[in-house]
Amino acid sequence: MDIHEYQAKELLSGYGVKIAEGGLAYSPEDAVQRAREIGGNVWVVKAQIHSGARGKAGGIKICKTHDEVEAGAEALLGKKLVTHQTGAAGKVCNRLYIEAGTDIAKELYFCFLVDRISERIVMVGSKEGGMEIEELAETNPDAITKIYIEPAVGLQDFQAREMAFALDLDASLISHAVKTFKGCYRALRDLDANMLEINPLVITKSDELIALDAKMGFDENALFRRQKIAELRDKTQEDPRETAAADRGLSYVGLDGDIGCMINGAGLAMATMDMIKLAGGEPANFLDVGGGASAERTEKAFRLVLADANVKAMLVNIFAGINRCDWIAEGVVQAVRKIDMKVPLIVRLSGTNVEEGRRIIAESGLPIITAETLAEAAEKAVAARNQVVANQGA
Amino acid sequence: MAIFINETTRIIVQGFTGKIGTFHAQDMINYGSNVVGGVTPGKGGQRHLDRPVFNTVKEAVELAGAEASIIFVPPAFAADSIMEAADAGIKYCVAITDGIPTQDMMTVKSYLRRFPIEKRMILTGPNCAGTISPERSMLGIMPGHIYMRGNVGVVGRSGTLGYEAADQMKRLGIGISTSVGIGGDPINGSSHRDIFEQFEQDNETKVILMIGEIGGPQEVDAGIFAKANMKKPVVAYIAGLTAPEGRRMGHAGAIISSAGESAAEKVAMLRDLGVTISPTPAAMGETVAKVLAGL
Repeated sequence: MDIHEYQAKELLSGYGVKIAEGGLAYSPEDAVQRAREIGGNVWVVKAQIHSGARGKAGGIKICKTHDEVEAGAEALLGKKLVTHQTGAAGKVCNRLYIEAGTDIAKELYFCFLVDRISERIVMVGSKEGGMEIEELAETNPDAITKIYIEPAVGLQDFQAREMAFALDLDASLISHAVKTFKGCYRALRDLDANMLEINPLVITKSDELIALDAKMGFDENALFRRQKIAELRDKTQEDPRETAAADRGLSYVGLDGDIGCMINGAGLAMATMDMIKLAGGEPANFLDVGGGASAERTEKAFRLVLADANVKAMLVNIFAGINRCDWIAEGVVQAVRKIDMKVPLIVRLSGTNVEEGRRIIAESGLPIITAETLAEAAEKAVAARNQVVANQGA
Repeated sequence: MAIFINETTRIIVQGFTGKIGTFHAQDMINYGSNVVGGVTPGKGGQRHLDRPVFNTVKEAVELAGAEASIIFVPPAFAADSIMEAADAGIKYCVAITDGIPTQDMMTVKSYLRRFPIEKRMILTGPNCAGTISPERSMLGIMPGHIYMRGNVGVVGRSGTLGYEAADQMKRLGIGISTSVGIGGDPINGSSHRDIFEQFEQDNETKVILMIGEIGGPQEVDAGIFAKANMKKPVVAYIAGLTAPEGRRMGHAGAIISSAGESAAEKVAMLRDLGVTISPTPAAMGETVAKVLAGL
């Protein structure tokens, strides 16, 4: 789960990380009010969306007067910003963070990540701040310092110092840097974050170390014990279909194709989508209904898939282990009867009680296309989709 | 021989008396697995499914000779149960639980590394369907009847995609020595490569099928290991050709977050390492058949 920059800064500030003075605004008037409270003569109006690279998308405005703050806020609020991380749909900006301008002497890169190879948290830093780390990893990998942290003992002072020296910090800043890095590490561990990025971490002209931007991502599996973090969730930054699915205990990812999918198991779901693509189609979504798919759950999944207006055919692929094909078949038949389905439905059942499941589908009298194998199911789904498109054209 | 489990392996169930634990313990008993009891703290001394319940894993090891364990404990307590099993001297543990926090798994892995290798418990999962040595023992939640005994070692992240592979092979008359689910989480007990090492040592296994997916470095790491250290041929399928970058596809670990983690990149690297690629998920059975025919 992602949170906004201002939320991350608020959390980190509680762990001793220095940030510039700032405040949240929901309207241009708010924005001007925040600027007045902050004082000074330079302010930065920052769009709060769940994405990096906001600057390039025009989401960060440096202002020298209150009028400019107002105009900047006006321009950003309610606007959709498109970055390479948001995809073409973009993300809408509903909140602004107004921050005091900072006199930057130098920009650095700093982050913590879960490293899947060493199965440890790794601290990453570079003298080349402001750039994206992926870009830096490609163009200048030697400029990146990585320090691995043993989970049982945590980040040690010597490791934090090693990073500070690698970043070429002046001796006068070392102890503050150690405090900052250790604060970040404690925040990550205490709050079950799986990512924490400060890009850039800046040295100001008055020799202070400040987190100019902050990004944190949290382990969704740990939210049950981090209620305060769970409350920071901003649903306006999520695909509404995915939010609806998550609220119903289903795992859904919306895609750009037009063949809707309902599958049990994440791996089989990905494989079925691959099969659709190989058969010449494009999947409209990823949807894992999980184990124990009851009739209610099946119906909810159907409604979710069919809520996407692009869907021109729907494929159900269930390999029943804990599930039973007869339960699934009954759920499918019930869902089709309840929902006015306007697109062809292809069903492939396999595994526990498959004969019984197939019999229920066949005897339902519904126009359900059935398939025995994965390949056949994908081919039939693509053919049905093509037929729908041909009929629409005619 | 198979790996990890056979008909004599003495199995206990952690989270034995809960609804899910009970259901799957019964299923494993019906399959023929040698379930010798279970652990539910506070219910020690009772009997459940005609078997003893213990308060601690240590008791289960001492009194019932437990060697392997399967965990159905809820996510908040699962890491603790895994460490309890390791401490008690369990040799092989399958964690079925889905949703264990990543930092808990880091703690578990760091705890396991404290044991000298000969005393270190092998963990597979979490978030997996378990392990089965067909027609001998099932330590998992899979539909046992779709698995046939044979010479192919299977290792995969996904439960249902593993069923799909077993089903395709069975239709072609190809059986499995052992099928191991390593689970869909970013940090898991054993990697593909760890399971490769076991299969290479197992005289029953002739060919290995790896069912991978997007995200993380494990599939390619296993391929590198196979090229350097293994004589047995490896077949692989990698799911997620259509998965967009940066999006989590169901499994907590199924996310393309850096270079080399997409399905296409993994396939290209594995092919270079001499792994035979199943071009589609529907061709896993046929591809294994071809490789077996060439032996």
